Amino acid sequence: MYDIQNYQEALTLSEATETLTRNPRMRIIAGGTDLLIKLHGGQIEAAELLSIRNIEALSHIEKRPDGVISIGPLATFTQMTQDPVIKAHVPILAEAAVSMGGPQIRNIATIGGNVCNGATSADSASSLFALEAELVLISSRGSRVLPISEFYLGPGKVDLRAGEILTEIRILPRHYVGFGGHYIKFAMRKAMDIATLGVAVLCKLEAGNILAEVKIGLGVAGPTPLRCFEAEAYAVGKAVSTDVLNEVGRLAIRSAKARTSWRASKEYREHLIQELVPRALREAIVQAGGGEIA
Amino acid sequence: MAYTIVGKSVPRIDAVAKVTGKAKYTDDFFERDMLVGKVLRSPYAHALVKHIDTTKAKELPGVKAVLTYQDVPQIKFATAGHPFNLDPSHQDKADRLILTGKARFVGDAVAAVVATDELIAEEALRLIEVEYEQLEALLTSEAAMKEGAPLIHEDCPHNILSDRGFRMGNLEEAFLAADTVVEGEYETSMVQHCHLENHISYAYVDTHDRIVIVTSTQIPHIIRRIVGQALGIPWGRIRVIKPYVGGGFGAKQDACLEPLTAAMTLAVGGQPVKLNYSREECMIDTRRRHDFKFKIKSGVTRDGKILGMHIEAVSNTGAYASHGHSIAGAGGSKFRYLYAIPAIKYEPKTVYTNLPVAGAMRGYGSPQMVYALECHIEDIAKKLNLDPIEIRRKNLIEIGHVDPLSQNKIMSSGIRECIDKGKALIRWEAKKEAYQQQAGDKRRGLGMAAFSYASGTHPIGLEIAGARIVLNQDGSVQVQIGATEIGQGSDTVFAQMVAEVLGLPIDRVHVVSEQDTDISPFDTGAYASRQTYISGMAVKKAAEEIKAKILDFAWGLTDIPAHALDLKEQNVVYKHSGESVLPLAEVALSTYYDTVFAQPITSDVSNNARVNAVPYGVTFAEVEVDLKTGKIEILEIYNVHDSGTIVNPRLAEGQVHGGVSMGIGYALSEQLLFDPKTGKPLNNNLLDYKLPTIMDTPDIGVAFVETHEPTGSFGVKSLGEPPALSPAPAIRNAVLDATGVAFNQLPMNPQRVFEKLKQAGLI
Ligand SMILES: Cc1cc2nc3c(=O)[nH]c(=O)nc-3n(C[C@H](O)[C@H](O)[C@H](O)COP(=O)(O)OP(=O)(O)OC[C@H]3O[C@@H](n4cnc5c(N)ncnc54)[C@H](O)[C@@H]3O)c2cc1C
Repeated sequence: MYDIQNYQEALTLSEATETLTRNPRMRIIAGGTDLLIKLHGGQIEAAELLSIRNIEALSHIEKRPDGVISIGPLATFTQMTQDPVIKAHVPILAEAAVSMGGPQIRNIATIGGNVCNGATSADSASSLFALEAELVLISSRGSRVLPISEFYLGPGKVDLRAGEILTEIRILPRHYVGFGGHYIKFAMRKAMDIATLGVAVLCKLEAGNILAEVKIGLGVAGPTPLRCFEAEAYAVGKAVSTDVLNEVGRLAIRSAKARTSWRASKEYREHLIQELVPRALREAIVQAGGGEIA
Repeated sequence: MAYTIVGKSVPRIDAVAKVTGKAKYTDDFFERDMLVGKVLRSPYAHALVKHIDTTKAKELPGVKAVLTYQDVPQIKFATAGHPFNLDPSHQDKADRLILTGKARFVGDAVAAVVATDELIAEEALRLIEVEYEQLEALLTSEAAMKEGAPLIHEDCPHNILSDRGFRMGNLEEAFLAADTVVEGEYETSMVQHCHLENHISYAYVDTHDRIVIVTSTQIPHIIRRIVGQALGIPWGRIRVIKPYVGGGFGAKQDACLEPLTAAMTLAVGGQPVKLNYSREECMIDTRRRHDFKFKIKSGVTRDGKILGMHIEAVSNTGAYASHGHSIAGAGGSKFRYLYAIPAIKYEPKTVYTNLPVAGAMRGYGSPQMVYALECHIEDIAKKLNLDPIEIRRKNLIEIGHVDPLSQNKIMSSGIRECIDKGKALIRWEAKKEAYQQQAGDKRRGLGMAAFSYASGTHPIGLEIAGARIVLNQDGSVQVQIGATEIGQGSDTVFAQMVAEVLGLPIDRVHVVSEQDTDISPFDTGAYASRQTYISGMAVKKAAEEIKAKILDFAWGLTDIPAHALDLKEQNVVYKHSGESVLPLAEVALSTYYDTVFAQPITSDVSNNARVNAVPYGVTFAEVEVDLKTGKIEILEIYNVHDSGTIVNPRLAEGQVHGGVSMGIGYALSEQLLFDPKTGKPLNNNLLDYKLPTIMDTPDIGVAFVETHEPTGSFGVKSLGEPPALSPAPAIRNAVLDATGVAFNQLPMNPQRVFEKLKQAGLI
């Protein structure tokens, strides 16, 4: 039995923002797969919920004429695993999506909920970090656009201001065109699990084997998803080799803020970063049109 | 032996009811004005309740009753689901109260609320004010046994619940005669059953002032007795009803919540009260598997004959005894049917700690023992540089062996054939050859393990079973059994047995799946892999009685002597030729309505089985270890079983799939974790407790070596628990083969594998 005191459904975005302005106690519910768990666990009491699921305009996935890929926050994980735009242009997001939960959860969980929940383990987040996604946030006061890296403030904390709704996730052409990518979800189970480490790597090649650009997004390597700038900078201009890959892995640890918990030790987490970043990069290189490295 | 319907993969008789949602489980029943019960749990692992104030909770609108330890009978009772023992010295340890004034683990029930709905009940729990005096929390067996440690139960010095072991043969001589002595230490983890349906029951007082309890249990008749004892009321005043049950694996072979549910309804004047544990509650306050630490020392000849074995075991039973005192003993007895070891000394200690209560769980001490033993045998083989399969073969027991302690006699054994079959299925020789030279980050290896078990509990426990059959007017029958269907398929197997004896198609056998202690025959329930073997004897006996009565009646109708008649395909036939004499339906109708001779045919039998049969089997596993991440992948796994006659191959395969999957979780990922300082549970939910999903489960190869067990009806032996026994050590031995590193602690999860490979210099 859930402690829900009030429940409303909005049909349009303006109806939703107005409702939120009128009643600041209202919380948005999309798929509910994070929210209801919190209710069940008693982290939220006497909930007042505003469902946005019926706002049709928020579940699109499309490539706009200017090349921007626009994802509505209500796009489900199932949608992302199957969507032709995602598969053609940002397949790394489809990889991330299919690694998430199980079929039932993927059918109902939304990418907006995944991001707004603020978990470092969110499976879409490391890829969205590597893709330098932008978030559009709208309230009755107006709208703003924020890089995803600025949206995450701490564990479970995001820069979502009172009355704001995430209405769009944007990926700009300069961040995906010509890139190959790969996502590795390292977890204890092959389904229904949260990542011990999420590694999203994108790269672009020049002259067949020179790394022109590398972007590494990590989940569960710190309190929020993060990028490995030092490792990325090192890689640029280097010819692909096992040594370079290993060095990228070693440097990636420096950006991480791994800690020991009963789930895994810091030492093990760092070892995994060192091991899995090169594995993801190796595959990303192949996706970017490079050769396999012996 | 040729049977008509025994041995066929008849579809489960409850399959359609279950997949269409028609089958009713405890939570599907509704009573008018049903109230909800909730439990207030101690936040401390070891603490005295100094003061408890329920005033505010009682004042909350919607709250019907608040109970504390002061409001329940001060009668200590035992919760273990064993048959009652007339000999007081063999009775289960009575160490529990319905609610306690001394909390012995985080989650121990100190008070309870009955309210009109769940949210009000939860609110009321927050309004109960409890003042605790914290005591030193004893969170490991070592801490609990330390000199001067506080006593968890006043009457158990050193917190040792029991230390009864055994000796057979002369161990000292065995070690003197041995060429080598091999020693090893092995440790298993705390795991939980994770049955699909959580623990749930509801209770009310009926119009005759009797307490009716509907509950998800494996043992309705035993629950009746335990509730009677806990409340101090005559057992006959309690009626227990068991509807469909969504799994138990031993966690429901125990009185976890029925006494409290009964106390709750009494507290509200008999109004119905439902107590429905959440998964989180289930994982800490029902039962879990005992974690064991073993020290084994063996005296062995150069060529691998084991002369003597000294086994020391420490079993952590948690805060209350439950089955603790018998589990170390059971683990020590059932492995003895595998290898002919002339001298064994077994020294177990079962220790109370301030952790959740351990109880019965599929295998009942044997998964722990088989793990330790089969790791140890592998270590012996490695030390002596012998083939691991050959060393096992060399020590196997022969048919005819009589165990000197239990007096159980081996009358059938297919263990040798199981080994051959497993070896062939996994293509042992070819792969061993192929994996000799391996390089790179991923290494493959092969391992195997064997086991012996038992069918029921004789001679330790009483093995009584009951069955009742009624012949209907149309020649179909109703079957009532005391044994409980909890998902394992026993109803279907019993229907097949009855159909076989009476020459009926399966759809003419109607099994009453529900057990009701007012109506159902007496049987102690689903545990110890006993039902097909033990309850099957009662079912067959009841069916044979019906058959004899039918043939007698037909004699009266036809003048053909009963001994010349038989039943086949719903006809009374001549035994010698099979020629039809009369349709069974005609006979059946006459038994009801013949104006002179009418006497409807029924049977109502009980069977006290004073035998036991030993099932055998093996697991063969092939793994791939990622040396860099510590992940172990099972590439192939086969379980081969000798369980006597297989009554229903498809259902039997289902048992094996489930058991192997449980074994894989035990080997690789499952473990209940607690804060080492406070004893608070860290992962009592299915996200953090790593029960494998179907995606983590490889294709499981299942094969049977069918023997004919003379003591079993239709030649059966047990199969319920055995599949879970040998996977973990087989996987461990495969990992040893792949990496050269011996893992002696479960589970072999990536973090632990990483640490160990690092120690070994492989990372
Ligand atoms: C069984 C199970 C398995 C899971 N497995 C995974 C997994 O493998 N990987 C993973 O990353 N996650 C997993 N999750 C977590 C969860 O499913 C995801 O985070 C999911 O994407 C959340 O989306 P939702 O639509 O259900 O969010 P909701 O629960 O509806 O919302 C989550 C939060 O975001 C806010 N919110 C939602 N939409 C918006 C919006 N448009 N604007 C502003 N705020 C908004 C809500 O107010 C709430 O605080 C799992 C959950 C369950 C129950």
